[in-house]
Amino acid sequence: MARIELSAIRKSFDTTDVLRGVDLTIEDGEFVSLVGPSGCGKSTLLRIIAGLEQQGSGEVRIGGEPVDGVRPSQRNLAMVFQSYALYPHLSVFDNIAVPLRMKRLTTLERLPLLGRLLPNRYRVEREIRQEVEHVAAQLELSAFLGRKPGQLSGGQRQRVAVGRAIVRRPVAFLFDEPLSNLDAKLRVHMRAEIAQLHRRLQATFIYVTHDQAEAMTMSGRIAVMIGGELVQVGRPAEVYDNPRDIRVAEFVGSPKINLLPGQIRSDGAVETLGQRIGVATKGIAQPCRVGVRPERIQVGSGPFVGHVVHVENMGAEAFVHLGVEGLATPLLARIGDVRELPMLGSALRFGFAPDAVRLFDAAGKRIEAHAAPAAVRTLEVASV
Amino acid sequence: MSRTIKLGAWPLLRHVVLLAGALVVLAPFIWMLSTASKPADEIYSSELHLIPHHFALWENLREAFAKADLWRYLLNGLIVTVSIFALQILIALPAAYALAKLRFLGRGPLFALVLFGILIPPQATAIPVFLLLHKLGALDSYAALVLPFTISVFGIFLMRQFFKTVPDDLIDAARMDGISEFGIVWRVMLPTAIPAVTAFGIFSVVAHWNDYFWPLIVLNSPQYYTPPLAVAHFRNAEAGTNYGPLMAAALVIIAPLVIAFLLAQRRFIEGITLTGLK
Ligand SMILES: Nc1ncnc2c1ncn2[C@@H]1O[C@H](COP(=O)(O)OP(=O)(O)O)[C@@H](O)[C@H]1O
Ligand SMILES: [Mg+2]
Repeated sequence: MARIELSAIRKSFDTTDVLRGVDLTIEDGEFVSLVGPSGCGKSTLLRIIAGLEQQGSGEVRIGGEPVDGVRPSQRNLAMVFQSYALYPHLSVFDNIAVPLRMKRLTTLERLPLLGRLLPNRYRVEREIRQEVEHVAAQLELSAFLGRKPGQLSGGQRQRVAVGRAIVRRPVAFLFDEPLSNLDAKLRVHMRAEIAQLHRRLQATFIYVTHDQAEAMTMSGRIAVMIGGELVQVGRPAEVYDNPRDIRVAEFVGSPKINLLPGQIRSDGAVETLGQRIGVATKGIAQPCRVGVRPERIQVGSGPFVGHVVHVENMGAEAFVHLGVEGLATPLLARIGDVRELPMLGSALRFGFAPDAVRLFDAAGKRIEAHAAPAAVRTLEVASV
Repeated sequence: MSRTIKLGAWPLLRHVVLLAGALVVLAPFIWMLSTASKPADEIYSSELHLIPHHFALWENLREAFAKADLWRYLLNGLIVTVSIFALQILIALPAAYALAKLRFLGRGPLFALVLFGILIPPQATAIPVFLLLHKLGALDSYAALVLPFTISVFGIFLMRQFFKTVPDDLIDAARMDGISEFGIVWRVMLPTAIPAVTAFGIFSVVAHWNDYFWPLIVLNSPQYYTPPLAVAHFRNAEAGTNYGPLMAAALVIIAPLVIAFLLAQRRFIEGITLTGLK
C-alpha cells in the first residue's frame, strides 16, 4: 500500500513531447483513473510509474521514496495490460505463479531439472501452490488452472491477468485499458468486478482508459489528460459538472456537451444565437462558447427553435438531434420520457436554465458566470 | 452433364502435370532405391528394370556396414549438425531479441550489417576462414566443422522478424514479473518462437548434414568425416565400382534426414497457438 507522487514528469520521443510536466499525487488506497483520448500519453505515464520507461525529467515517488533507477520488479507494482500479456506457453497456474517464483526462488532453484533436487524449492513451491489456488478461487478460475491462455475466453484471460497481479500483493495496481478488448456487455460486468476488487483489497489503483464512462463509474478521482498534460483532476461528478476547460467538457460525458457560439457584451451579459440567456459575467466583451449538457436542454418551450433531424431512442431515454440555424452541428437534447418523442422534421422550441450554462473563452478556458436576475425574468416571460 | 465432365478435365490435367513433375524429381531417388536393392549382376546387366528380380537390399546394407564404419559417420553428422544448431540458437536468439525489441544506439546499422551478411556466400569467405582455422591450429577437427557456422546471420534475421511480431506488452509483463533480459530471451521469447526455431532448425540441419564443400576443405582424417564425405570416400576407396553397397550406404545416410523431416513436419502442422497473447 503506498502513496504515489509524480512531480513535473516530462517525456519526449525523438522530437515530440509526449508528457509536458505532469504533477499528480495518488493517495494510499485511492482509485484514480487517468482518462484522455488515444495518443495523449496515458500509457507512457503509466509505464514511467512502472519503471518500464525512463522519464525525461521529473520525479516519481512511491511510498515517499524516489524510485529512479529502481527496476520495474523492485518497485513492487503490478500491471494489467490491454492485451493481457499472458505467457502463451504456460498454463493458467504457471502464469499466475511466475511473479512468485521469480521473487522467492533463486536462479538455481528455478532450473527445470536440477532445481527439483533442492529441498527449499519443494517447500516454496508448496506455498506458491496454496497462494495461487487461493487467488484462483477468488477469481473463479479454479477450474481452468491447467489450461493454456489460448483455450480461455477473453473475460477469463482478463481474470488470469488480474490474478497474476494480485498474487504478488503489490503496493499499487496499474491497469492499462484492461477492458478494451472485451465486448460491451462483459466490459460493464468487469467494471463492477474491478471496482469490487478495489474495495476488497483497499490498494492503490491507477487505471488508464480512453473510455470516459469507465473512468466515471469506477474511480474516486479522475485525471483528465489531453495532449500530454493533466487538464483537470477531481471527483467524477465534479469534473462532469464543473469542467475547467472546454476540452474536458467535450471529453467527459456521453453524448457530448452542446457548444454554442456566444458573445459577452460589455455589460457582462451573454448572448447566443441572437438571444440573451440570462447569464452574466464580469469579463470584458469577447466572443465565447456556451456549453450546455444534453440533459439540461428543455424542449417544448423556450426562446430557441430547431428542427428535429434525428431521434435516437435508447429505450429508457432518447436523444433528439435538433438542426438549429447558426449551428454547424445539430444540438442534442435528452428526453426522459420516450413516449413523447417529437416527429422527425417538426419544429421544436427549446431553452435552458441559466445554471445549466458553462462558459468558455476563445482559448477554451472556463469563464465564471452567474445567473443575471433581470435576464431570468425575461426568460420566464418568454416561456409563458 | 457435359459441364461436369468439362470441369473434371482440368483438375485431371493439372494432376497429370504435377505427377509428371514429381516423377522427374523423384526419379534419381527411386533409381537409388532400386540399385540399392539389386545384386551386382543385375546392376551390370544390359537390360533396364526397376524392380529387382532378386531382392538384395539387406545383403547390400550388410556389406556397406561391413566395409565402412557408417555408424561413426552418422554420429559425426549428428555431433556436427546438433552442435552447429545449438550454438546458432545460443547466439541468434539474444542477438535477434536485441535487434527486435531493445532500443540502443546503432541498432539500424547493425541490422543492415546482418542483412548484408546474408548476401555473402560462404564460398567467398572460405579461404580467409580456412587460414584463420589454420592459424588457430583447429583444422581437421570437429571445431573446424562447427565454429565457422555458429553465427548464422540468416538465423538472426529470421528470429528477429519473428520476435518483431511478439507484443511488447508480453515483454513488459515479464519485466514486471522480475524476469531478467536474458531470462526473457529463454523463458518467454524462445517458447513463443518454437515454430520459427523449428523452421530454422530444418534449414540449418539439412544444410550442414548435406554440406560437402566445407568438410572436404578442412578435413583430412576419416574419423571426422561427415556423411556426404563418407559416401564419396566410400565410393573411391572401399566399394570401387560396386554400386549396390554404395547406394545402400547413401540410403542409410539420407534416412535420418527423411525421418527427422517427417517428424518435424508433424510439429509444423501442430504449430503453437499464439492466441493467448491477444
Ligand atoms: N516507444 C515509443 N517511441 C516513439 N513514440 C512513442 C513511443 N511510445 C509512445 N509513443 C508516442 O507517444 C504518444 C503517446 O502514446 P501513449 O502513451 O501510448 O498514448 P495513450 O496511451 O494515451 O494512447 C503517441 O503519439 C505515441 O505515438
Ligand atoms: Mg495506451
